[in-house]
Amino acid sequence: MEFFRIRKDIPFMRHALVFNIISLITFLLAVFFLATKGLHLSIEFTGGTLMEVSYAQAPDLQQIRKQLEGDGFADPQVQNFGSSRDVLIRVPLARGTNEGESGKVGERVMASLAKVGAGATAPTLKRVEFVGPQVGKELAEDGALALLLVVIGIMLYLAMRFEWRFAVSAIIANLHDVVIILGFFSFFQWEFSLPVLAAVLAVLGYSVNESVVVFDRVRETFKKKRGMTTPEVLDHAITSTISRTIITHGSTQMMVTSMLIFGGPALHYFALALTIGICFGIYSSVLVASPLVMWLGVSRAQFVQPKVEKQEAVV
Amino acid sequence: MNRYPIWKNATVLIALVLGFLYTLPNFFGEVPAVQVASVKATHKVDARLMTQVESALKAASIAPQGLSLDLNSLRVRLADTDTQLKARDAIERALNPVPAEAAYSVALNLVSNSPNWLTGIRALPMYLGLDLRGGVHFLLQVDMKGALTKRLDSVAADLRTLLRDKNIRHAGIARSGQTVQVQFRDAEMREKAKQLIAGSQPELLLAETLTGADFTLVATLNPQSIKTFQDDALKQNIATLNKRINELAVAEPVIQQQGADRIVVQLPGVQDVARAKDLIGRTATLEVRLVEQASVAGSDAPVGTDLIPERRRDGSINMVAVRKLVALTGDRFNGAQATFDENQRPAVAVQLDAAGGRIMRDVTREHLKKMMAIILIEKGRPEAISVATIQGEFGNRFQITGMFSPEETNTLAILIRSGAVAAPMDIIEERVIGPSLGADNIAKGFDSTKWGFIAISVFMIGYYLLFGVVSVFALSANVLFLIALLSLLQATLTLPGIAAIALTLGMAIDANVLINERVREELRAGNSPQASITAGYERAWATILDSNITTLIAGIALLIFGSGPVRGFAVVHCLGILTSIFSSVVVSRALINLIYGHRRKLTSVSIGQIWKPGV
Repeated sequence: MEFFRIRKDIPFMRHALVFNIISLITFLLAVFFLATKGLHLSIEFTGGTLMEVSYAQAPDLQQIRKQLEGDGFADPQVQNFGSSRDVLIRVPLARGTNEGESGKVGERVMASLAKVGAGATAPTLKRVEFVGPQVGKELAEDGALALLLVVIGIMLYLAMRFEWRFAVSAIIANLHDVVIILGFFSFFQWEFSLPVLAAVLAVLGYSVNESVVVFDRVRETFKKKRGMTTPEVLDHAITSTISRTIITHGSTQMMVTSMLIFGGPALHYFALALTIGICFGIYSSVLVASPLVMWLGVSRAQFVQPKVEKQEAVV
Repeated sequence: MNRYPIWKNATVLIALVLGFLYTLPNFFGEVPAVQVASVKATHKVDARLMTQVESALKAASIAPQGLSLDLNSLRVRLADTDTQLKARDAIERALNPVPAEAAYSVALNLVSNSPNWLTGIRALPMYLGLDLRGGVHFLLQVDMKGALTKRLDSVAADLRTLLRDKNIRHAGIARSGQTVQVQFRDAEMREKAKQLIAGSQPELLLAETLTGADFTLVATLNPQSIKTFQDDALKQNIATLNKRINELAVAEPVIQQQGADRIVVQLPGVQDVARAKDLIGRTATLEVRLVEQASVAGSDAPVGTDLIPERRRDGSINMVAVRKLVALTGDRFNGAQATFDENQRPAVAVQLDAAGGRIMRDVTREHLKKMMAIILIEKGRPEAISVATIQGEFGNRFQITGMFSPEETNTLAILIRSGAVAAPMDIIEERVIGPSLGADNIAKGFDSTKWGFIAISVFMIGYYLLFGVVSVFALSANVLFLIALLSLLQATLTLPGIAAIALTLGMAIDANVLINERVREELRAGNSPQASITAGYERAWATILDSNITTLIAGIALLIFGSGPVRGFAVVHCLGILTSIFSSVVVSRALINLIYGHRRKLTSVSIGQIWKPGV
């Protein structure tokens, strides 16, 4: 069995401009949504209380919301989580209360829930998460720092291993992925939590792989074959690695799909971020990074060491 | 020829055997157990306790499956949950005859059912995080600013006493923010005071300023003493928390410092958050009283005294009659450390604040050669932790000596510190995970990994035939190594950690795809099968290394900056990348060599159809 029966190198580079324009548009759209809608940050970043409770019978969410508002919780979010009997409640940090007091929100919410629908069974508590405002701020800062460290680390490594042109294009291509993932989370207002952040960074490292594999081929082709123009070399490199690209990403995606199906709500957004990252990773590392390398002016001379004539002579 | 030298094959084989051994404990499951730990620092978990527990079980005719003693707890393995409950009650009765004065916590726990020889080589099952086993998690912020303010208040009081004693007139001493300001009418007085303070209070930094007509001396704590003070405050709070949490009878509590001023408390299996919070918030109190009668035989207290139990070194209880009048309370104590006196005998050095020092001076002057007791009151029950003779007149620094061992002075210092008021703490992060949710998370994480693995295996074998089988074997070896490593390191496995196992496996197959594609390519170019295998592995190696290093960079960044769930993810991710390099390159090559390497005339390999353009 062989999926990819490619006779000639596919002229990817002829359409380089088109790919770059497509990327630019998606990128700008993502930036636009991020700027206008922002991210729906989880309470890990914003601070607040999150509770997961389980009822014997599906409760009336509207009623729960009303009761909570009546008991003095500002802007509580009440939604189903996984099944209609499981309810997720988010209470933002109340302004002006000190940290010690807000730590008791969990107990107050449970007291409030017990009042809903007299006679009905009180819910059982499955999970409480309370995050103070200070912790949230630090997590957001640490996340940004982690992203920065990944970008710098990968660029340094690629610059050392290949050339600065490759490093720059690979990082641009993959940061564009990161922005697009964030754009999706912003557009659909999916919850951006710590595991999602981990997924985004893992995907960043993973899709740089893709560029590395292509670049490896580019270097090899430059060294081995003379007389090919730069676009031809890039086309050849991409064509000869495309089957591996698709099979590898397909395999990883099988695992991620399995997480989407069996992982339950706790892993849902994590797997979703990975899915978007993997799909755009194929596209960007191949069809964005390579044209960028070309625009930056990569050429054969950068890889082939000119032979140095020995000056000394033995007489 | 594709053959590995013997040492390489041996390495692979040994790695596989070790991987299998250390993965093994995860399959044995857990058995019910009763765990005994000491609640009071005066009680130790030792071999004597073990015989005590054994005889208690024998008396209740319960046959334990095994007893194991470690640094701070004793675990008794039992056949089923019924006997577990019975054994708990029997041990509880034997060790804590008076429930209100429990000296040991007797908790229900689950311990690994793996055979002793496995435990002997330190093969333990993976350590599950709270999100997988259920429990509560608190992050506490120690209010260092508040504690420092309190410390400076006592510095101000100290200075007041000092200046009065030396007859240096000042125009007022007050704490302002994180400084103490002393006002003087003239520069001469200030200079005198400065000399004096610099001589007696080395931890203060002094600066001179002019406020209006007043000559001011501004005193601040120097950075070194602030650091020492904060470290002590944190250690003291952790010690106090340890004692309180022992009362909850939690099997494996985690109480750790995080950063400069935070403490993490994790209580697996605890659902009663309100009680846990109540315990964490409570502080013990300390009192110093004069002893009227060092030993009272009956249970009647002489007039004007209270009877306080004192635990002697041999374990017996002695009743001490102390005066009802409290000479000093815990908030006058600034610290206590184990140290040595001038004769190099173990001693406990105690520091009081200025007011406490003044009281102490008066008391000791009037009651020379009499006895003084330091009493720790926990949960309303007092216990005399030190009864000693007053040997001289002393002030805010004194030493308690006796026939102590260094270990005993340490214990006593901790006891005194736990009674002194610690820096206040706030809960800034809280997580409660129900036990059913934990089990649910394990099942979901496991299912995701299982089905993903099956899907990849089916595809790889279908697409690459025998080479696919080898790839799947390498991937299984990767799972084995990863789980063995996690078990060996006892790294905490969380749900994001399980997700990382799945993701790492999905990514690890990349290396084998790269190799297989390269081998196919070489075959397509018309090379012989043996040469193709060699070239395929060699050429793929550089690419595999590059791609894994970039992934590893991301993993390490997460490890450095991640906390909580992200850290759990990062640890597994990084370890997985390392094991995958070994398994996908070395293990798979060893297997391929074993299958094809010895054949001299190899005409074809089973790697699926090789399509050649133009044929």
